[in-house]
Amino acid sequence: MDRKQLQHQVASMRKSLFDQGYLDDQFNQLEDLQDEANPNFVEEVVTLFYSDSARFIQNIEQAMIKKPNIDFGKLDDYMHQFKGSSSSFGAKKVKKECSQFRECCSAGNIEGCIKTFQQLKQEHATLRRKLETYFQLVKQAGIAGRT
Amino acid sequence: MMENNGFSSPRNDSFPAGLRVLVVDDDPTWLKILEKMLKKCSYEVTTCGLARDALNLLRERKGGYDIVISDVYMPDMDGFKLLEQVGLEMDLPVIMMSVDGETSRVMKGVQHGACDYLLKPIRMKELRNIWQHVFRKKIHEVRDIETLERVESFQMTRNGSDQYEDGHVLCGEDLTSIKKRKHIESKHDEKDTGDSISTKKARVVWSVDLHQKFVKAVNQIGFDTTSLPSFDGAMTGSVCLAEVGPKKILDMMNVPWLTRENVASHLQKYRLYLSRLQKENDFKNPAGGIKQSDSPLRDSAGSFGSQNSINLQHNDVSNGSYRFSGSSLVVHNGDPRSHDSDRKRLVSTPVEEPKRTLTVNVPNPCIPRSSQMEFGHPLAPPQSEVDFGALDSTFPTKYPWCGIPEIQLKKEHNPLHLNDEFSHLPLPGQKQLTQADYPQPAPAISSAPSLTPSHNEYRSNVNHASSTAIAVDSSPIQTKTNVANHQAIELISKSTPSLENQGFNMNSITEFESSRKNINLGMLPFTTLEEDLQVCWVPGDCYMNLGLQNIEVLEYFDPGLITDVPVNLNDGLRFDYEFNDPTEYSLIDQSLFIA
Repeated sequence: MDRKQLQHQVASMRKSLFDQGYLDDQFNQLEDLQDEANPNFVEEVVTLFYSDSARFIQNIEQAMIKKPNIDFGKLDDYMHQFKGSSSSFGAKKVKKECSQFRECCSAGNIEGCIKTFQQLKQEHATLRRKLETYFQLVKQAGIAGRT
Repeated sequence: MMENNGFSSPRNDSFPAGLRVLVVDDDPTWLKILEKMLKKCSYEVTTCGLARDALNLLRERKGGYDIVISDVYMPDMDGFKLLEQVGLEMDLPVIMMSVDGETSRVMKGVQHGACDYLLKPIRMKELRNIWQHVFRKKIHEVRDIETLERVESFQMTRNGSDQYEDGHVLCGEDLTSIKKRKHIESKHDEKDTGDSISTKKARVVWSVDLHQKFVKAVNQIGFDTTSLPSFDGAMTGSVCLAEVGPKKILDMMNVPWLTRENVASHLQKYRLYLSRLQKENDFKNPAGGIKQSDSPLRDSAGSFGSQNSINLQHNDVSNGSYRFSGSSLVVHNGDPRSHDSDRKRLVSTPVEEPKRTLTVNVPNPCIPRSSQMEFGHPLAPPQSEVDFGALDSTFPTKYPWCGIPEIQLKKEHNPLHLNDEFSHLPLPGQKQLTQADYPQPAPAISSAPSLTPSHNEYRSNVNHASSTAIAVDSSPIQTKTNVANHQAIELISKSTPSLENQGFNMNSITEFESSRKNINLGMLPFTTLEEDLQVCWVPGDCYMNLGLQNIEVLEYFDPGLITDVPVNLNDGLRFDYEFNDPTEYSLIDQSLFIA
């Protein structure tokens, strides 16, 4: 595939990520920050997020299986951080699940929490795959930013 | 020599570019993003993942940052708490951020003193304008300084000191801070005359007398300073005080020419001072709190870790920090020499530094209310009252030029140390570096009272040394015999610290205090000076708790020294010698009075 074609692919993939609600404007903000000094800035940020978020997920899981009393306050805190972190690069769906989770927490809805958390993990993983593909494509196309 | 007392030169030149930002966030992803964004704004960024680290950084490099941005949620410390501490100790503008934008949270942020509250995700354009908070603060400070400057200028003339140009004469502290502010603002100022700076108001010089009136009024009103809660609690307490105070106090003081504004800003400083004192009291750290920014200065002589807060040569003294040239660090070792001297806390380390620009790192000189209250050592009130009489011992003298390490004369320590010291006249070698408030309670701390006597002694000493010291008056006493002064200053600085630092361990405080002390020293040397000096209080910058002490100290030290200090914060004081602190102190001291 020639470069132009790759670039088109990148552009369209990008567009779909936005259209499907996986990403929001914060992603654009990050792309704007990319420059010669940091040509792969967005990718670095996303990588950092995923390595850091593994920790969150673990903490939350552990806190959720604590019986008999689940510490909702703590869960809420974790989720608050997680939400903040995912908002950093525009992970829209992930962020939404976080908010949902927090609502379940404040309602003391354990079932809801568990369910939401499952969804959150799914979104988290899905986005990761998609972004990995996206970044690969970007590299192939030889562009370091939005087209 | 450089003029900026603490401003980082780069910053000043092309403000807001080069703005030194400290970002605190436990989320590495955000930290990375914010760093990149801020760099794109041409700011100088330092990142921190923990609140504790941030505080340490801020304390170590007093005046090294212009603004702090912190997340509300931090694992090791509540973001609001950090906010409070930064505001009090360093008096830097703090911006809070959070993904949570609930009104109650935002309100809390504002209540704790945040100058802004950003919601995550944060965009770059929001960060671009953060410099306005720094600028605003400076402007306010400048106003205060201007008043002070006026006074100083006047005094200068009286003293015939014409060494300082354009108001440098102002109490060391004052000058520095003024300079600092001016520096930043003047850049803008000169260009647009009408700006805040241009509206020079008469600067109020808080003389010992005036300050005493103030304290009296405050006490009458029922502000129980001594019962100020611990630092943490202090904030709230002080806040209330601020609200209640100024008008009432003003009325009670019955000083016709004083404005409510003057009182308010003085009150703020006072509050900070008090809380700082409290803090120090709780905080005594044997290490002597003052961290010496410059290692050379570090005079480990003192038992204290010789942390000389005096930031010698700390360029980073943020605007206004006074830089003490190396030697100015007044480190007091709680060396109990006679009761008077036991406080000698002079920070002697400076000696090593040959003319270092004495930059008193006044905790935020820029900030009028120098939260630097390090001096604040709450030290036994008696001390403060001591000698300074007018100075309320609790009055934290913040020296804008905190550069002086530890000099914080703890009241306990008894400003007198200075006296002693002077009498001996320090030899540069004598540094007693008592770092940070001498952890050891200066035995004779009675600071205040003792000071006086020594004060006189000092005077004589001083007189020998240099005729300069007296310059304390508002204008940095021109250090006459530098050499002599130097020594004297050293002493002074040393002693001053003791005065102030009575054990205040706070590092940050020590710095401030030291500077304060130094200033005080400078200032004190001459009792007469006091009058003249009127404590150039740089509103906001230096809180001269030492005020009391300082005043006395002044006597001890060579006026010349003192003058140097204040004036030159920038480039190392006029004095060549390292200790410029003394002068600075004097300024600071004076600044105490000046509100």
